Order: sequence, then C-alpha cells, then structure tokens
Amino acid sequence: MSGIELTGLTKSYGAVRAVRGIDISVAAGETVALLGPNGAGKSTTIDMMLGLLDPDGGEVSVFGKTPSAAVDAGSVGAMLQTGALIRDLTVRELVTMMASLYPNPLGIDDVLTLTGLTEVAAQRTNKLSGGQTQRVRFAVALVSNAELLVLDEPTVAMDVEGRHAFWTAMREFASRGKTVVFATHYLEEADAYADRVVLMAFGKIVADGPPNEIKAMVGTRTIRATVDAELEALSALAGVSHAERHGELVILNCTDSDAAIRALLASFPAARDIEISGAGLEEAFLQLTGGDDEEAA
Amino acid sequence: MSQVTYIRYELVRTFRNRRFFFFSVGFPLVLFFLIAGPNKNEADFQRSGLSAPLYYMVGLAAFGTMNAMLSSGARIAGERAVGWNRQLRITPLSTRTYFRAKVLTAYLMASVTLVVLYLSGISLGVSLSAHEWVKMTFLLLVGLIPFAAMGILFGHLLTVDSIGPAMGGATALLAFLGGVWFPITGGIMGKIAQALPSYWLVQASHVSLGGQGWSTTGWIVVAAWSAGAALLAARAYRRDTKRV
Repeated sequence: MSGIELTGLTKSYGAVRAVRGIDISVAAGETVALLGPNGAGKSTTIDMMLGLLDPDGGEVSVFGKTPSAAVDAGSVGAMLQTGALIRDLTVRELVTMMASLYPNPLGIDDVLTLTGLTEVAAQRTNKLSGGQTQRVRFAVALVSNAELLVLDEPTVAMDVEGRHAFWTAMREFASRGKTVVFATHYLEEADAYADRVVLMAFGKIVADGPPNEIKAMVGTRTIRATVDAELEALSALAGVSHAERHGELVILNCTDSDAAIRALLASFPAARDIEISGAGLEEAFLQLTGGDDEEAA
Repeated sequence: MSQVTYIRYELVRTFRNRRFFFFSVGFPLVLFFLIAGPNKNEADFQRSGLSAPLYYMVGLAAFGTMNAMLSSGARIAGERAVGWNRQLRITPLSTRTYFRAKVLTAYLMASVTLVVLYLSGISLGVSLSAHEWVKMTFLLLVGLIPFAAMGILFGHLLTVDSIGPAMGGATALLAFLGGVWFPITGGIMGKIAQALPSYWLVQASHVSLGGQGWSTTGWIVVAAWSAGAALLAARAYRRDTKRV
C-alpha cells in the first residue's frame, strides 16, 4: 500500500514564500515528525496534505489518491493546530456525532477511555478547560479510525501530564499499523515518538532521518567558559565539535556536553565562569541553515 | 456513515441554544400582540381585504421565519470562527449532508415560529378553512427556500463580528419592503417590493381571498432567488477552507 507522497510542493502567501519546494515520502504504517520552529512551513504543509489548501506547485498523494478523495473515503483523521469545539453538545455527543461520519469508527467508549475523557463525557463542550478541549479534539481525530492520522502541534495547550497521556494514546493508535504525521517544535517529542524526523526551516527541508541522527544535528549544547588554552586543544576534547574564542571567553559547541565538561575540567582545571546551555531549536536551525532565509539559487 | 446521527445532533445542538429563538419567535410574538392587538376588530386592514390580525399574523410569521432561516448564517459564522468548518472539511461529511442538516435545522426553527404565530393569530380571531391553512403554510415554506440558501451564503462570507449588523439590516429592509408592517403597493416601491422574496412570504396570507395566493410573478421571483442564492451558497462553501 502506498503512503503519503509530497512532491515539489510550493506555497506562497503574497510575498511570503511559506513552503519552498519540499519532497516528503511517508511509508504506510510509519510515524513521522515534522520538526521546525514557528514559521517553518509545517502547518502550511499539513494543510496541503489534508486538501485544505491548494499548493501553488507540486503534488500531494495520500494512499494513491488526491487529499480530498482520501478524506472523502474516510482515510484521514486530523487534529488541526487551531480550533475550538462547537458548543451545546456533551463531549460524548460530539464524539458520537463525528464518529458517525466515518465508515469504520472506533467505539466511543474506547476513545473516551484512551483520551482520558470518561470523567467529563457528560459535560457540555463549552464548559471544558483548555487541556480537556485539546483532548476532545484528539478524540475526534482518533475516533475516525482512519489509516492516516495527522496532528498539527497537538500538545501546545497541554500540561506535562496531559502531554504524557496524549503521546501514550498516540502510540497505542500507531501500533495498530496506522500512519501518523505530526508537527511539533519540541525536539524531545519528535525524538521520543517518531520513527523518522523531517526537519524544516524557512519552508524547506533541512534534514530527514532517524530521530537520533536529527537529535545529533540540532540537539547540541554549548559550554561557555573563561579559560586560557589553545583552540586546537579545546576542539580536540571529547564531546566537542567546534570551539571559538571571543577575547577571554571560549565557546564550545558540543555533541556530548557531559563528556566535554569532564574533559575540559580534567585538562584545564583553571577554567572558570562556566555556563552550559542547550541550544534552542531556532538557534540550531540558524546554524544548520546559516541563517539563510533566501532561496538557494 | 450515518447522516441521521449527524443531522440529529445538529438539531439537538441548535434547539439547546435558546438565544437563537429570540428573533425568530419571541420578538415577532411580542410585536404581533402589540400591533395586531389594538386593531383586532379591523376587518379590512388598509383596504387589503384582510383582517388586521390575519395580515399581521402572516407578516410577523414571515419576519420570524426569515430570521429563523437566516440564523443558520450566524451559527455557521460562529463555527467558522472556532475553526469547526475546517474540522468538518477533513471528515467524509458530504456537501449535500452538510447543507441538508443546516436547511432542516432552519426549517424546524421556522416551524416553531409558524405554530406560535398561528396560535396567537387564532387567539385574536383569525379564522381560516383547513384548506387555506394548509395552502398558506405551503406557500410560506416554499417562500423560505431563498432564505435558507442566503443563511448559508452569509454564514460562509461574513465573520462573527459583521454578520449581526448585516443580517439585522437585511431583515429589517426585507421585512419593510416585503410589507410586514403595512402593505407596499403601487409606484416604484411596489415594483421593487414584488421583486423581493420577502414580499411573497407576506403575500401567502392572500390565500384567504380565494385564488392561488401567488401570481406567476411570485413563483418566478421565489424560484430565481432560490436558484441564485443556492448557487452562491454552494460556491461560498466550497471556497471557504482557509483559517478565519
């Protein structure tokens, strides 16, 4: 069975080129994360994948069909980034209403249990907390029992506990052989829950590979210290990928900051004013792309 | 896939939200007693050949049902504002079922208006034969088709903020020119009135004068508005997939 094929997709909003030619291929049964900072083009890509937005160029194929044909066949369940719930129905009624649209939905009780909504099933949708609302939106996506589940930044409004429960439910669903594509700007989520990570920035794909590979690229930490040592010696330390000097201050980019700090202190006990910081995704992307938001010629 | 379940919850949802009944039932009901009450013995209102209670019963039924049909627009705009329209687009819900649910809901709301206004009319002495009641109701229901389509059209074109004033203005104007408050006859105003679907709603009361109630012009006007508004509504719905 063919999966999802995005070929040469482009999309602009006026002068803003949100998506600048991307190719993504997702095999059936795979869980893929679209990882990138805000404005990377993740939501635009997802909207095109779902047929909500027509691409300016390129093609989308979902299980060998156009997105809208796949949606009409009930093969797609999705949780969009923005959105609230319609009012004047209980949680159970709303999930039942949406389930009725699909050819082969999951049981309502199963979905309410899986998403932790059993307790609030009889409550009106307009009386829920933000986190509960997100869970209902997830339940609406899950109840479709669709072959493809698309989640656009699903955990943004959730607390830590809610996130954990969410990903557990997602894993359970994916383990039934479903294809899952989710967008996130949390490296930890992509790393922990995806089989493969597609790294996006400025509307382009920066990297595409297994989570550990991507994590090594963007999950770097930086050690800053005042230390009197040659740059070559510092670059050669275990766990250090690159060293640079600004006056007395030395900045070490690390692949493994734990190893690097031990090696640094072992070799240069006089090092002081030490700071270790994780590079944010934005920072990591800037390094990877050289801060270039212009299209490569 | 079961349309029945979807449509059932769409109805449940609408009938739970009582505020939508204010303009379609409460307001016309109060106006009916305020206006028709003091004139309830007037047998030939403004030389229309109709008693004042009958005239206003149908006039305000037209006003209330118009509001009932157009209120689907306000609900749609609200759904779009919370992104629900986009959520529905990624389900197998067909355009046909979506429209069917919206139209059916609007018609059920309108029938509440009709029952309430008919009972109020009877309480002020309106008396029609069974045949006349049926025929008048039939004309009113047919005359509401353009408004069903316009409700959906406006809902997909306007936002939550703009739809209130737009609908309020439109219904006030359509009600006035349609002759809800007093008959509009003769001259250029009369010509304009006859080209409006609201005019023919009010004209449904003419079944009590014998004859067919609507002239050929009436059928043509209602058919043209129905077709035009339905076409535009379908197009507005298809285009409306963006984030609001």
